[in-house]
Amino acid sequence: MDWLNLIIIPTIRSLVLIVVLLTGFAYLTWYERKLLARFHVRIGPNRAGPRGLLQPIADAVKAVFKEEIIPGHVDKMVYLIAPALALVPALIIWAVIPLGKGFPAVADVPIGFLWILAVAGIESYGVILAGWSSNNNYSLLGALRSSAQMISYELPLGFFLLSILLLAGDFSLVNLVESGRQWWEWLWLWLMFPLFFICILAETNRSPFDLPETENELVAGFQTEYGGIKFALFFMAEYINMITTSAIMATLFFGGYALPFGIGSDFLPILGPFILAGKIIVLLFLFIWVRASLGRPRYDQLMGFAWRTLLPISLVYMIITALLTVFFK
Amino acid sequence: MSFEMIFFILVGALSVGTAVGVVTSRIAVHSALFLLVHFATLAILYVTLNAQFLAAAQIIVYAGGIVILILFVIMLIGSAPLETRAGYRSWVPYAGLALGVVMLAGMALTVLQMPPATINPAANEGGVPIVLGVEIYSQNILLVELAAVLLLVALLGALLLARRPKTEETSIS
Repeated sequence: MDWLNLIIIPTIRSLVLIVVLLTGFAYLTWYERKLLARFHVRIGPNRAGPRGLLQPIADAVKAVFKEEIIPGHVDKMVYLIAPALALVPALIIWAVIPLGKGFPAVADVPIGFLWILAVAGIESYGVILAGWSSNNNYSLLGALRSSAQMISYELPLGFFLLSILLLAGDFSLVNLVESGRQWWEWLWLWLMFPLFFICILAETNRSPFDLPETENELVAGFQTEYGGIKFALFFMAEYINMITTSAIMATLFFGGYALPFGIGSDFLPILGPFILAGKIIVLLFLFIWVRASLGRPRYDQLMGFAWRTLLPISLVYMIITALLTVFFK
Repeated sequence: MSFEMIFFILVGALSVGTAVGVVTSRIAVHSALFLLVHFATLAILYVTLNAQFLAAAQIIVYAGGIVILILFVIMLIGSAPLETRAGYRSWVPYAGLALGVVMLAGMALTVLQMPPATINPAANEGGVPIVLGVEIYSQNILLVELAAVLLLVALLGALLLARRPKTEETSIS
């Protein structure tokens, strides 16, 4: 019984989740290409299958059958570990995200919040180690930028998360969704959402903050020396990170798997994952919209914004949240 | 053997192995990576002891913060082996070894002198952050404040080191 509960059931749940996420990743690339095409007034992929729907499968087959090249000048062990290290954190965050009423993805741990913070902390290793092990100046510069960027933006992100935590008063994400909030709490959190989203953009290395891989100055930065399926793993990590962070934002800011005003709460166990997926798709649209609309800032602008603007704002926000929590809750 | 025992032996072996890897690796980045895995195994052991909060803190502070900073520094100053650097003294490893032995002896003595462990009721609920928070901020508030002052001193020291003399800047402009 011990073995069944401790290993087999979580393994099955994780496998289902991973399959769903990898499929989600494949179709996110299609979604992004189609949307970007719309923004550019183009048609986008339309050759493989109806509306280009088979394009992701064709891409996957191509990536898998590419020749495995390991350049002679790399640190082989670290070079091979790095893509996996980039992908794994994006997947394991899902362990604590609630998918429906009384139905967490893998486990309802009392420290769900901290789990997110912890995994966000180790997310940058893939990029840093890829850059270092490639033994290439451009890659190393990309890695340095990435680590500095992630450390900097983690600070305001942490303070914003702390503010949400102060209002919720509980580390469990399941309780967070189920206990609900008062109207002023929602408003106060939504006020912060744009700033939180900026931090998330920087943490996931998404455009306009994709300075670790700027192709015009660093020739793709940390991934220059990678090809075939190993390059695809970095690609996968970035996109699954988008899905994961969207799920986190949906859970923290938009009620997760629940509909507003408790509509349809009777069917929620079945509907929950689909409602969450719908919210994730809307948030993903935001990621792609930003990518299509904004240009990259300069590197010093990026760092200056984190330290001079976001960090003070997040500190003030946290202090006000603490006061609100003490006096109104 | 129970499930916990097998698990502990596996994770413990990995923990010791990676700790040895940290000090025996010739390449600094590999040492940092071993350290990362070592911290992860410690966090896993904390979870098996029902101290989930401590496990999360371990990952956030050490794996998420300190090892990244170590890697950052290695990349900034380069990762060539120590022996090839200017200013390297051949007695440094022995001094490190001696310091390690003294440290180990001190720890062993402390453990041997301790009275048999009495279980603090709060420890059983260590996974629940509220219990831990109340414990830290009531019983041990003085220690927390002392640590805060220490961190503040470190922060000021870093500022002082990073500050450029003002006269130079004005002469350039």
